[in-house]
Order: sequence, then C-alpha cells, then structure tokens
Amino acid sequence: MATLDPSDLQAVWLTLKLASVSTFLLLLIATPLAWWLAHSGKWYKGMVAAVVALPLVIPPTVLGFYLLLLMGPHGVVGELTTAMNLGRLPFTFAGLVIGSVLFSMPFAVQPIQSAFEAIGKRPLEVAATLRASAWDRFLSVALPLARPGFLTAIILAFAHTVGEFGVVLMLGGNIPGETRVISVAIYNHVEALEYGAAHWLAGGMVLFSFIVLLGLYLAGGRSWKGAR
Amino acid sequence: MKSRKVNVLVWVGSLLLGATASAATAGEVNAAVAANFTAPVQQIAELFQKETGHTVKLSFGSSGKFYSQIKEGAPFDVFLAADEKNPKLLEQEGLAVANTRFVYALGKLVLWSAQPGFVDAKGAVLRKDNSNKIAYTDPKLAPYGLAAKETLGKLGLWDVVQSKLVTAESISQAYQFAATGNAELAFIALSQITKDGKVTEGSWWIVPAHMYNPIRQSAVQLSAAKDAAASQAFLAFLKSDKAAAIIRSFGYELP
Repeated sequence: MATLDPSDLQAVWLTLKLASVSTFLLLLIATPLAWWLAHSGKWYKGMVAAVVALPLVIPPTVLGFYLLLLMGPHGVVGELTTAMNLGRLPFTFAGLVIGSVLFSMPFAVQPIQSAFEAIGKRPLEVAATLRASAWDRFLSVALPLARPGFLTAIILAFAHTVGEFGVVLMLGGNIPGETRVISVAIYNHVEALEYGAAHWLAGGMVLFSFIVLLGLYLAGGRSWKGAR
Repeated sequence: MKSRKVNVLVWVGSLLLGATASAATAGEVNAAVAANFTAPVQQIAELFQKETGHTVKLSFGSSGKFYSQIKEGAPFDVFLAADEKNPKLLEQEGLAVANTRFVYALGKLVLWSAQPGFVDAKGAVLRKDNSNKIAYTDPKLAPYGLAAKETLGKLGLWDVVQSKLVTAESISQAYQFAATGNAELAFIALSQITKDGKVTEGSWWIVPAHMYNPIRQSAVQLSAAKDAAASQAFLAFLKSDKAAAIIRSFGYELP
C-alpha cells in the first residue's frame, strides 16, 4: 500500500500553518466585529451582517475568482501591494491566508456574536455601577462569559480552513510548501489515480473532522451545563 | 398582465411539447470533452445538431478526471480526450468500444502572455529574468503540461524555471492565470487563443513541434453509450471535412 511521501507531509504541515494563522487573525478581526454587531443599533447593521455571512452562501470558487482579479496586477489590491513593494498575493501563502480569513469569517463572527448577545446588557450594567471602565467590563465580564462562543469560533474557523478547497484552487497555483494544502494534494492524487496516497490523506481528514466536531459537542455540552 | 401570463403558459407548453417531439425523432449524445477543445467542439456540435437533429450535451474537463468518472459509471456516450493514453486505457478495460478510437486533432503547444510584445517569436523570453510566474498544467496529468515540461527540458531550462512554475488545475485555468495577469507567461493550447485561424490577443510563441512529443488528441465511443447510433453519427461527423475545417481554424493540425 502506498504511503505518504514527503510532499504530502509538507502539505499537512502547510495546512495546519494556514489554519492556525487564519484562525488567529480571525479572532483579532471577528471579536470587535461581533461586539459591534451584537450591540449596535445602526441602520446599516443588517448590511454588515449580510456581508459577513456572504461566504456561507456564495461558492468558494466565486470568492476565489474575485480575489484573483482583485489581487492581480490590474486589480485594486494588486496595484496597492505592488506599490507597497510587497509583490503580488496570488500563488503565495499570504494570499491564501487572506482568502481563508474572508472565507471563514462567518464561522468566527457568528458564534462570538451569539455569545455576546446571550450575555445581555445586565451584567455589563452591573459592572458599570461598580465603576468598571468600558475596557474593564469587556475584558473581565464580557470575554469570560462569552468563552463558549470563542471556543466554538476557534474550532469552526480552524476546521473550516483545513477543509477549504475552492478558494485555494483558484488562488493557489498548487506550489509545494507554499500553497499546496491537503485538500489540493488529495485532488491531485485522485486525478493521478494514486488512490493509495489519496486514501491516507482523505481518511485522515475524515478522522480529523470527526474528532474536531466531537470535541466541539463535548465542550459545548460541558459549558452549557456550566452555564446552568 | 393576463395576456402575459397566458403567453408564458403557451411558451412553457410549447417548450415541453417541442422537447418530447424532438426526443421521439432524434437522439442525444453526451460528450466528455477535453477542456482545450471547448471552442471548436461547440461549433462542431452546433453544426451537427443542425444537420442531424440529434442533440449534443457537452461536458468539459481534464482527460484524467473524465477517465476516473467514466470508470465509475459516468453517463457519457463519447469521449474526446486530450491524449491517446486515457481512451486506450478505457478500450483495454472494455469501457470503450473497440476499433472506434481515432485521432481527431494534433494539439499545438503555445507560450502565451496577455501583454502584447512580451513574448518574442523564438521564446527567448523564457531565458530572461523579467517574468515572475509561468503557469502550466501538471505534466503527470495533462498532455499540454507534459509537452511544456519536454520543451523546457529541450531548452535546458527545466531546473532554472522551477521556482517560477505555477500549476493550474486545468489548461483553462492556466489560461485564466495568464489572462488576469497573475502569471506573465503560460503554456497553453494554441486553440485557446485562436479564433477564425488567427491569434489576436497578447503575445505568443508557437512551440516548434520537434520540441515535444505529438499531442494526439483521441476520441472514442464508450461502451455505456445509450444511443449508439447518434454517438456513431457524431464521431463520424467529427471526421468529416466540415469538422476538419473548424478544427484547423483553431490552430490544430490533423493527422
């Protein structure tokens, strides 16, 4: 039976790196965004929420296609990155990170937003009467109470990035060590009729996804009980 | 308002009637076609439909993928591959009808850039250092990718350009990478940039035929063909002079 070759292991490592970096960036972006969505009363809140949720609905290839055009030499982002001497983003790891962050955005924002909404205004108002500053209220009241939401967001964003295919296929160029992630490696093995190697990677993905979801439900169950 | 509703009803009704009427008299061919042959086969199928009344449903993709799908029972009647290997394999496995395989076109490899004046007539641009990325398709999977690898090998540049190579999923994507300017150069099929016998956009180098093994694009009738008569008619039409003229107009040669 065929086993994994070094380039497959490289793909596994690259996938984990991509998912970790993307998840980290997503937390930085999604937390304030979710806070704003949970508390804002602005008329355009619905519009922002819809844009955030868009990747749930549009095919990844559509997102990948537009990113390819935007980041290309004739695109706005491409012109900007070239002007800043950063080169161009398609076919690079950085390009994939941007694609993944956009693609997994709803998976990070929505659980955190729900968690913030579930807290309600009361605990924060109580904290305010105790003279906690806005920053303090956020850090020592809202964040700990929203922990289950953050946990869900981290796991979903990470897992969703690991499972990503369409965006990577459109943007990546299949370069080993740079943009060749597991899902693309599997696709290539299947195309080359190397079913043995494909099974190793694909089976690993199924097992990984199951463990992640199992962990999610177990952790969710515990924190729900804890909340009661 | 009311009359518009009635109009729609009549229109839908005639569509349904028309569909059943033509189904009763004419056959249907489901064709799996290599991506590089997209434009010519559309013209050929249109002409074929006009002349015979049979309908042709076209699916485009890479030959390797079609091979796997046909092996797993995909409902295709004919297979127009980008190479000779995949149809041959299907024949050996009894999935294609014996003695129906023939070379319908000889593919031509071209080095193309979306920028006018970027590629010179001898492909010397490959030796220069002013290109960032060169898009091609996986040599292990795609005949045009293999031809590109052979060409780069002949030029002694295979090792030199390694860091610039970007592997596209299909030859259509290789074109797309170059058309959007994300890759300065791409090894693609001449047919992708040819219209009515002429290349009009960007700059290009038609790679001389001696630099790579011939790309013998082969067609075959599949054993699972539901409408064998219509399938045979389509393959026969593909060999006709009318089809040959269309195929040549896209830059292919004929065997």
